[in-house]
Amino acid sequence: MANGLMVFIEQFEGKIANVSLELISKGRELADQLGVSLEAAAVGYEMEEELKLLGHYGCDKVYYIDNEELEFFLSLPYADAVSHIIKKYAPQIVLFGATTTGRDIAPRIASELRCGLTADCTDLQIGEFTLKGETYKDKLLQIRPAFGGNIIATIVSPDSMPSMATVRSGVMKMVNPDKNKKVEIVEEAYTPKDDLFLSEILEVIKIEKSVDLTSARIIVSAGMGAANPDSIKLVAELASVLGGVVGASRPVVDSGLLKKEHQVGQTGTTVRPNLYIACGISGQIQHRAGMNESKRIIAINNDPEAPIFNIAHYGIVGDINDILTKMIAAYKNKV
Amino acid sequence: MGLNILVTVKQVPDTHNIKGDTMKEDGTVNRAALNAIFNPEDMNALEEGLKIKETLGGRLSVLTMGPPRAVEVLKDSIFRGADEGVLLSDKRFAGADTLATSYALQAAIRKMGQFDIILSGRQAIDGDTAQVGPQIAEKLGLNQLTFVSEVVEVTNSFITVKRSIENGIEIVKAGYPVLLTVTDEANEPRPASVKKVMAYKNLTTKKDPSPAPAVNDKGVITHIKEWDADTIGADVSLCGLSGSPTKVKEIESVVLTAGDTKMVGADKEAIDALIHELTEEYIIG
Ligand SMILES: Cc1cc2nc3c(=O)[nH]c(=O)nc-3n(C[C@H](O)[C@H](O)[C@H](O)COP(=O)(O)OP(=O)(O)OC[C@H]3O[C@@H](n4cnc5c(N)ncnc54)[C@H](O)[C@@H]3O)c2cc1C
Ligand SMILES: Nc1ncnc2c1ncn2[C@@H]1O[C@H](COP(=O)(O)O)[C@@H](O)[C@H]1O
Repeated sequence: MANGLMVFIEQFEGKIANVSLELISKGRELADQLGVSLEAAAVGYEMEEELKLLGHYGCDKVYYIDNEELEFFLSLPYADAVSHIIKKYAPQIVLFGATTTGRDIAPRIASELRCGLTADCTDLQIGEFTLKGETYKDKLLQIRPAFGGNIIATIVSPDSMPSMATVRSGVMKMVNPDKNKKVEIVEEAYTPKDDLFLSEILEVIKIEKSVDLTSARIIVSAGMGAANPDSIKLVAELASVLGGVVGASRPVVDSGLLKKEHQVGQTGTTVRPNLYIACGISGQIQHRAGMNESKRIIAINNDPEAPIFNIAHYGIVGDINDILTKMIAAYKNKV
Repeated sequence: MGLNILVTVKQVPDTHNIKGDTMKEDGTVNRAALNAIFNPEDMNALEEGLKIKETLGGRLSVLTMGPPRAVEVLKDSIFRGADEGVLLSDKRFAGADTLATSYALQAAIRKMGQFDIILSGRQAIDGDTAQVGPQIAEKLGLNQLTFVSEVVEVTNSFITVKRSIENGIEIVKAGYPVLLTVTDEANEPRPASVKKVMAYKNLTTKKDPSPAPAVNDKGVITHIKEWDADTIGADVSLCGLSGSPTKVKEIESVVLTAGDTKMVGADKEAIDALIHELTEEYIIG
């Protein structure tokens, strides 16, 4: 069988990060297309139980380095441990979450292995690539926004072994876990050298996210057309009656009306809820980049020419306060 | 005493202010229509370097790789307090991805000398990759502290920083040498000094392969050094397009096409009907 597809498993306090499960889900699809096995590389301490979860999402095999010194993430020892696994098992593709962890070690590993690395992808496909008359089959097509979100580029690393990419959280869909599926856990004998421990973590200040946009099924977002306390209150009320979460465009966050953790978009969170209600949002590219995968989009705007209407499934032209009041009433009357 | 500090800076197209005429009909970028600016987070890296120099003393050098006009970001750095600039420019560097870029930059850094602290921006706004910093660190065999949002303490033997991580903030301490990538949260960059602008506005580049400081006996900067692939002894097969494993297959400009939007009236009945429809389809419950 040809070389496998590998996903780096990110963990915090021994718990697997969602982005890694998203990548296992997507990785399964790509590995099936290539007809290869889906593998994972995990580094941590006493994670055997937690790693079983990978099987539920479709992972065939996980190479696991278990070491007390590697309980917490550190750039050099983690990069070295993961590159040890990559060198030993020679996957053709390696995927990392485009998180502060993935984007810290992936470039180091790519530099050491001299392979191609594409940052912050929003889509991955398998396809063909032709360069100077030579056609490469079954290559990883790495799709990402560039140039401030104004272009979408497809990048390929035709001769790179492996071909590596970091992928944004929230863009790949997690499959429904199947508890009957099992993963083979292969423990790797590996001890990091002492001279890799050059940093000392003095403290980790955990900041619980009070807003969880990524897993929200319904998001009601405020834009500059709703950037006043009264409208924000209505946005929050609609979100609350629908059991959803409040989102925001960047200028609303910049203005201080809502906190950064509400921001949707290129520099905020990427979301794909069942329903996204854009309230007074014009629909600039950087905002759309973070929400255009939503299943249903309702746009409310008093300007019929607003670009948001081009991607909305339902459009309502009108004043935000008036429409929100009517929507809240309509929902309340329904029940 | 004091520290030897290097900041890597890049000139980038101002992708944050793209207007209609920037995208060509065929979906490619009309670079000529874009202003070239100092990459914003490199300005934060420079500011942090200048602050460290002010605290502990030492020297601060800036390095850029780019076309001849990229010298502007070096001059701009000198106007703000940098002590020397190196421009790495060669047609053979063109088309470099992050791997080829970091290869050329590390070869130049090796020639420049030993540094205690190297600072890079977190990411450049043309590619937003955030890869070059860690790749330079790997190639030089250095420790790295990425996503630095604050320098908490800096002494002659170690530095303590706050890093933004997924689940909050991490406070980390490291000795030298070390490479930091700095985010825009770290500081507010200072403006250029009027005195320095007056003194250095006519500064030009000179093909000067010497790693020794380009200053006269009064300590005044005499020129910006320009180096090419030969000066730094680079293997040209690892530079530019040929040294880049990633290739662009396709570029698509993001254009909106009107989809099939269903327009809903703003009256009570229409909105009631919409809510009803969404409930029927289990979109809302
Ligand atoms: C590098 C970069 C990254 C960025 N990242 C993000 C990001 O992550 N997220 C993000 O959102 N933006 C981001 N932006 C900003 C983005 O370009 C837009 O400026 C922003 O999305 C616009 O927000 P808005 O739609 O709320 O405001 P506006 O564009 O001002 O739109 C307000 C809309 O409200 C309508 N309106 C006004 N009054 C009413 C009313 N009473 N009733 C109904 N409608 C009304 C108007 O017709 C208008 O369409 C980024 C920009 C850059 C350069
Ligand atoms: N051509 C270059 N010259 C100097 N520094 C660079 C260059 N390219 C990238 N860098 C540095 O690496 C950082 C990250 O760049 P990037 O990986 O392109 O997002 C930048 O903020 C710069 O500090």
